[in-house]
Amino acid sequence: MAGITSYGAYVPLWRLSRDAIMKGLRGEKAIRYFDEDSTTMAVAAALDCLKGQDRDAIDGLFYATTTAPYKEKQIATTIAAAADLRQDIITADFSNSLRAGTAALRAALDAVKAGSAKQVLVVASDCRMGAPGTDFEQNGGDGAAAVLVGDSAIAVNVEAWHAISRELHDIWRSEGDTYIRAWEDRFIYTTGYRDTVAEAVTSLLQKTNLTPGDCAKIILAPPNPKIMGDLSKKLGIDPKIQVQDTLFDVMGNTGTAFPLMLLVATLEEAKAGDRLLLTSYGNGADVFMLTVTDQIDKIRDRAGIKGNLERKRIVDDYRTYLQWRELLVFEAQPTPPGGHISATALWRDRSQIFPLHGLKCKSCNSVHFPPQRVCPKCRSKDQFDEVRLSDKKGKIFTFTADYICSRQEAPRVTAVIDFEGGGRMVTIMTDRVLDEIAVEMPVEMSFRKLITQDGFHNYFWKSMPLRSQSYTKGGDK
Amino acid sequence: MPGIKDRVAVVGMGCTRFGELWDKSDQDLMVESCHEALADAGIDLKEIQAAWLGIQGAETGCSGCRLARALKTDYIPITRVENYCATGIEAFRGGAYAVAAGIYDIVLACGAEKLKDTGATGLTQMGGEPQFGSWVWAPVVAPARFALAATRYFHVYGLTPEEGKRMLAMIAVKNHHNGSLNPRAHFQREITIEQAMNAPMIAWPLGLYDCCGVSDGSAAAIITRPDIARRIKDDYIVVKALGISAGAGTQGVMADDYDFIHIDEIVKSGRMAYEEAGITNPRKEVDIAEIHDCFTITEVLISEDLGFTPRGKYKEDIEAGTFNLGGEVAVNADGGLKCFGHPIGASGLRMLFESYLQLRGQAGPRQLKNPRIGVAQNYGGQPGGGISGMAIVGARD
Repeated sequence: MAGITSYGAYVPLWRLSRDAIMKGLRGEKAIRYFDEDSTTMAVAAALDCLKGQDRDAIDGLFYATTTAPYKEKQIATTIAAAADLRQDIITADFSNSLRAGTAALRAALDAVKAGSAKQVLVVASDCRMGAPGTDFEQNGGDGAAAVLVGDSAIAVNVEAWHAISRELHDIWRSEGDTYIRAWEDRFIYTTGYRDTVAEAVTSLLQKTNLTPGDCAKIILAPPNPKIMGDLSKKLGIDPKIQVQDTLFDVMGNTGTAFPLMLLVATLEEAKAGDRLLLTSYGNGADVFMLTVTDQIDKIRDRAGIKGNLERKRIVDDYRTYLQWRELLVFEAQPTPPGGHISATALWRDRSQIFPLHGLKCKSCNSVHFPPQRVCPKCRSKDQFDEVRLSDKKGKIFTFTADYICSRQEAPRVTAVIDFEGGGRMVTIMTDRVLDEIAVEMPVEMSFRKLITQDGFHNYFWKSMPLRSQSYTKGGDK
Repeated sequence: MPGIKDRVAVVGMGCTRFGELWDKSDQDLMVESCHEALADAGIDLKEIQAAWLGIQGAETGCSGCRLARALKTDYIPITRVENYCATGIEAFRGGAYAVAAGIYDIVLACGAEKLKDTGATGLTQMGGEPQFGSWVWAPVVAPARFALAATRYFHVYGLTPEEGKRMLAMIAVKNHHNGSLNPRAHFQREITIEQAMNAPMIAWPLGLYDCCGVSDGSAAAIITRPDIARRIKDDYIVVKALGISAGAGTQGVMADDYDFIHIDEIVKSGRMAYEEAGITNPRKEVDIAEIHDCFTITEVLISEDLGFTPRGKYKEDIEAGTFNLGGEVAVNADGGLKCFGHPIGASGLRMLFESYLQLRGQAGPRQLKNPRIGVAQNYGGQPGGGISGMAIVGARD
C-alpha cells in the first residue's frame, strides 16, 4: 500500500496585478518576494505538509523543480535540513521537465510500495520566468506544493497510473537562458500539450475501465488557460463542472509545482469516496487515478492553497516586479556588505542555521539563540538540549526600519523577537508592511535567502507577521 | 589595590580638526595631534619613552609601526590597541597604567582614524566576521542597533513617536549649539528642533540629525607622574579613574529578560570608575561629561546609566536644560560625537581633550565656571555585548 497521507502548499504573499504588465490584462499572478526562490518556497510548502506529522518518521525527500539555484548541489538536502528531518534518509532532485513533480511523486510511491521507505516527502516548486511581453510572463506564477507519501493513514489512494514519454521540442531553456523559450504556440499547444495529455488520459481510462464521468474532478494543468476548452472537448468533459479551477486568475501556472498545487486545491474541497484524475505534462505526460478516503478530514488544518491565496498583497508596479526578479539590478551599494560566506562556518553552525535550533539550559531552563557554550543566564557549561525555534511563534519586542543599509528592501526592518516558550532573536523581517509593524506584534519564522556571493546562496530564517493564525489548530509533534 | 586615582597626570594634549579631511592621511593626522601635544607640554619627542596607538581600521596594518613611522620615533616600544569605539580610551589606559606601574616616566597615547577613504558614507564592516555561521542572523548596522533601543524607550515610557523624536531632537540641537562654538568640530552650525525632527530617516525612529558625524581625526595625550608633571607645567590635570567593561551578551540580544533601555557594560564601567574616583553622586560631582552620543538615543541611555538623571526622567532633564553648558552636568560641551565627529580611535582622547581644556579654563566660548571633574566615556558594539570605556579626570589640587 502506498498513498498520499498529507499535503501542503505555499503561494508567495505578493501578487502582481496583470494590469501592471499591460493595461487591461485581467487578474493577478503570484510572485516571489525578492528574498524568495524555489528552495525557500519548497521549504514553506514542506513545513505546511508536515503539520501534525512526526518529522523523525520521514525516510526520504524528493524535490522537483526546473529552477534550482544550482546546477550542481542538491536542493533536497537543504529542504530536509530546514525541515529538520533525520539525516539517514534518501534524498533526490528531479528536474528538467515540468513533469518532474509527478515523476517525484511516482518515485516516492514506488519507494514506499517497495518497502525501501515508509514515508517520503515529495516537494515541488518553481519560479516561472517568462520574457517580458510574452504569454509566459502573463501566465506564469511562483509557488510550491508538498505531499507526503506513506503506507498507513492514507488520505488519497493511487489506484492506477499511466505515463507517456514524448520527444517533442516545445518548451526549453538552455545553459545561460534567463527566459523560457518555445516553438510556435499552435504546434506546442495542440500536438504537444493537448494531444499528449488526451492520449494518456484515454489510455488510463481504458486501463481502469472508467469514463470521465466517474471522476469527481479532473485536474488539468495547462500552460495557458486558452487551451482548456480544446482539451476538454477532446476528452468529452464539461470544463466548467468537472475540471478543477486552474487558478490562472489568482496565481498562474507554477511550472513543476502546478499539477500538485492544483491537486492540493482539489483535496481541500474533496469528500471521502471522490475519484480524482490528476494530469501532468512536460516532454510526455503522467496521469494518475486517485480516490479520496475518510482520512482526508484529519489533514485539513494547513494553509494549503486556500489559506495561502486568502492572504495577499498586490504589487501594481511593474518596476518592483522586475527588481524582485533581478531583471532590474541596482548598482551595488558603496557600503560593502562586510564579511564573507564561509562553507566551514556554515557546516559548523548547520543546526542553528537550517532548522534554527536554539539551546535550552538543563540547569536554568532558559532558551537562547544562537547556541553558546556557556549559558547566558546561569553560566553553566555545555549542559543543553537543542530546541527547534523555526516553528515557534513570537512577538516583537522592539524594531527599527533601516533606510540606508539596503537599496533592495529599503527600509530593512530589523525586529527583536521573543519566542513563545522563551528565547530571543534579532531578525530581519520579511513580507511586512511598514505601517503595520508595532511592538508586541505576533510573528512567525520563514526560511529566506539573505545574500548570494560568488554563486553561493546564503539562506536563513527571517521573521514575518503571523500568517498562519486562522488555520493552525494543533502544533507539530 | 591602590587604583589609578591621582597617580598619573596629563601634561600636554593635541587634537586635530575633525571632519572629511580628504587631503590628510591617518599618519598626517597623527603627526598633527602628537606634535601639538608635545608643543603644549613643551617637551621633545625624544623624551617619550613608550607610546600607545588606538586605531580601529584594519587597513592601517594592525601594529604600532603606524605611529612609529609617522612620528619617526627612535625604536621605542609602541603598542597598537583596539576595543571598538572605546579604542581611544584604551590607548590612554595603556599609557596611564604603564606610568602608574613605574615602568616609564613619560608616555604618549595617540588615537586616530581615517574613515573617509572607503567610499562609504557610513561605517564599513570592521572585522570581517563570516556572514555564515553565528553572525548571519544579526546583520544589524550601527544606526539600527541603537534605533532598537529608541523604539523600546518610547514604548516603555509611553512616548508617542512625536514626543520621543522631539526629546531626541533636543539633544541634537544642544550638541549642534555646542559644536558651533568649537572651531575644531566637524559640524559648526546650529540647527532647529524642526530641522532635526523632519530630517531624512536613517533607521526609524532615528533621522539624520540623530546620527553622529563620520569623520577623520586624531587626538593625543602626554602622560606622566604628578611629580614630573609639576616640573613641566602648572596646570596639568590628573587621572581620577579608569574603567572598562566588556559586555558578555548576558544582558543583550540573547537574553529575553534584557530591557533594551539600559546598557549593562556602561553601568558597570561607570560604577568601576566612580568607585575608584570616590564619586557617590555623579549628578552633583561631575561638572563636564563627554559621553558617547553616536546616536541621540545613546546619549539618553548613557545619561541614565551613568546616573546623571534618574531612569525614565531624561526627557524632563533635557527640557529643563540640565545638560546644557552651564547646566548641572554639561554633557558633550564640545559638540560630542554628533558635531565634533567620530573618528573611532581618536574619540576617547578627543573627549579627554575637552576636559583638559575646561579644567584649565582654556575652552573659550564654551568655558564652564570652575569645573573640577570631567568624564570621558565611550561605547561601542551591540548593547549588552559591547565595550564601555570610561575615564575620569580632575583639575590638580
